[in-house]
Amino acid sequence: MKLYDYILSPSCYKVRLMAALAGAALELKPVDFHPGNEHRSPAMLALNPAGTIPILEDGDLLLTESSAMLAYIAAKAAPGWLGGDSAEETARIQQWLAFSARLTSSLGGARLTQMLLVPCDIAALQKSGIAALRELEAGLVEQSLRGCRFLAADRPTIADIACFPYVALAPDGNVSLDPYPTIRLWSRALRALPGFIEMPGIHRLHELKPEPEVQAEEA
Amino acid sequence: MNKIGMIDEWYPVGLFSQLDPNGRDTWLMGEPIRVAIDGEGNPLVTGGNGRVLAVCVRYGHVWASLGKPDHDLFPIPEADQPGRRLVEVGVVRVRCSPLRAVENFLDIAHFPFVHTDILGSEPHTEVQNYKVEIREEEDEVWATQVKFYQPQAAKSASGGITTEYMYRVPAPTCSVLYKTCPPRPSEWDVITLFVQPLFEDVCDVWPWMALYDDDTPMTDLIHFQQTIFLQDRSILENQIPTLLPLDPGMEIPTRADLTSVAYRRWLKRHNYTYGAQLVAQ
Repeated sequence: MKLYDYILSPSCYKVRLMAALAGAALELKPVDFHPGNEHRSPAMLALNPAGTIPILEDGDLLLTESSAMLAYIAAKAAPGWLGGDSAEETARIQQWLAFSARLTSSLGGARLTQMLLVPCDIAALQKSGIAALRELEAGLVEQSLRGCRFLAADRPTIADIACFPYVALAPDGNVSLDPYPTIRLWSRALRALPGFIEMPGIHRLHELKPEPEVQAEEA
Repeated sequence: MNKIGMIDEWYPVGLFSQLDPNGRDTWLMGEPIRVAIDGEGNPLVTGGNGRVLAVCVRYGHVWASLGKPDHDLFPIPEADQPGRRLVEVGVVRVRCSPLRAVENFLDIAHFPFVHTDILGSEPHTEVQNYKVEIREEEDEVWATQVKFYQPQAAKSASGGITTEYMYRVPAPTCSVLYKTCPPRPSEWDVITLFVQPLFEDVCDVWPWMALYDDDTPMTDLIHFQQTIFLQDRSILENQIPTLLPLDPGMEIPTRADLTSVAYRRWLKRHNYTYGAQLVAQ
């Protein structure tokens, strides 16, 4: 599988992260998104007329939507990540996969504006980003009341990977995560998964310090 | 806390290769400026009141000054050596003091914790003794004999090596780093951080490199440096206080911070205080 990749792109990171968690091998082809604008070059537009990355190639298959890439990698290498044990779970996964596009346009747009100077209406992007974060926080709280730590089930699915990167990088677009305790717990649970990989701006979990030695006082 | 002391200095305001005849609006120390290219292919930078600013083109970037610079932009002789790859890494905006961006670039101790498994790793966290001086003739801050163990020092490095560094601050918002060059041990790789001060608490950072590396594709070189700098960015945006403290009130520097101490002393001596906090609060 060949991924046309940009190291700072949260959508590309979704695919790298899914592959790492599923134990699938990816061949990376770096694209000079910034400052070179290579994703809008004729060669790249021939691959993907939308002019976006990531692009995933595997044999005859050419994918340009990151959610489809997550589903493909999971189906091939780790089907448990597809979820869908019940009708509700299937529906929730589809719901959050579609919802992730709102995170991309709002929080992702704010990040591109604040970080790489792509001109946009920053106030409007931040406002819709905050609305999406509040919806996600509420969704995770409801899940926790059902005894589930993840968006669609009690185990992580492709829905979590679709939503995680743009949420974790919200501070890059000057949108704080401080008001969302359940999102922070969820982020921690994802970062603790075996095989988790980081990207610039998303740090790995530091190992917990050993318990302090407490000596019982003599009576 | 004003720009008077820094007004006659040169600042990067854009990549020469990306100049646009229609101009790009940006800021320099609080003043709105427009960076454009004229009919003859020369950069044209105008200030808030329409006046034409002093400009020069060097190291892939357009440099401008709000005042009357009485000196040329600092030299980087290595930049003109044949055979080097010149890498335009592109702009990144950071909500931090321009001086803090430079100070972070001078710091080695954070490598194992922020650039884990690339520029540093635990347990190799020790910063060995190194030499720092303010060179009076050149009027620059220099740190030499800096050594650090690095798992992947450069894109061209395979496996961990002890890397040697020299740091140089030739202008208040610019730093030049000389670093062991894995493919050519007799030469130094040159990695720079050019910082455009937009406001006291916002800056645009234009990293640039002049490397001996004939094998790595250009995009990989760009991405390696963007990875490193974007790991720093989230740290920089959370430093408190936002402005760089020049009054040693609340901070206790350690031996590893010698370069930072010299940099702050040099800033204070020259009244380079745009982005600085003069009295501890």
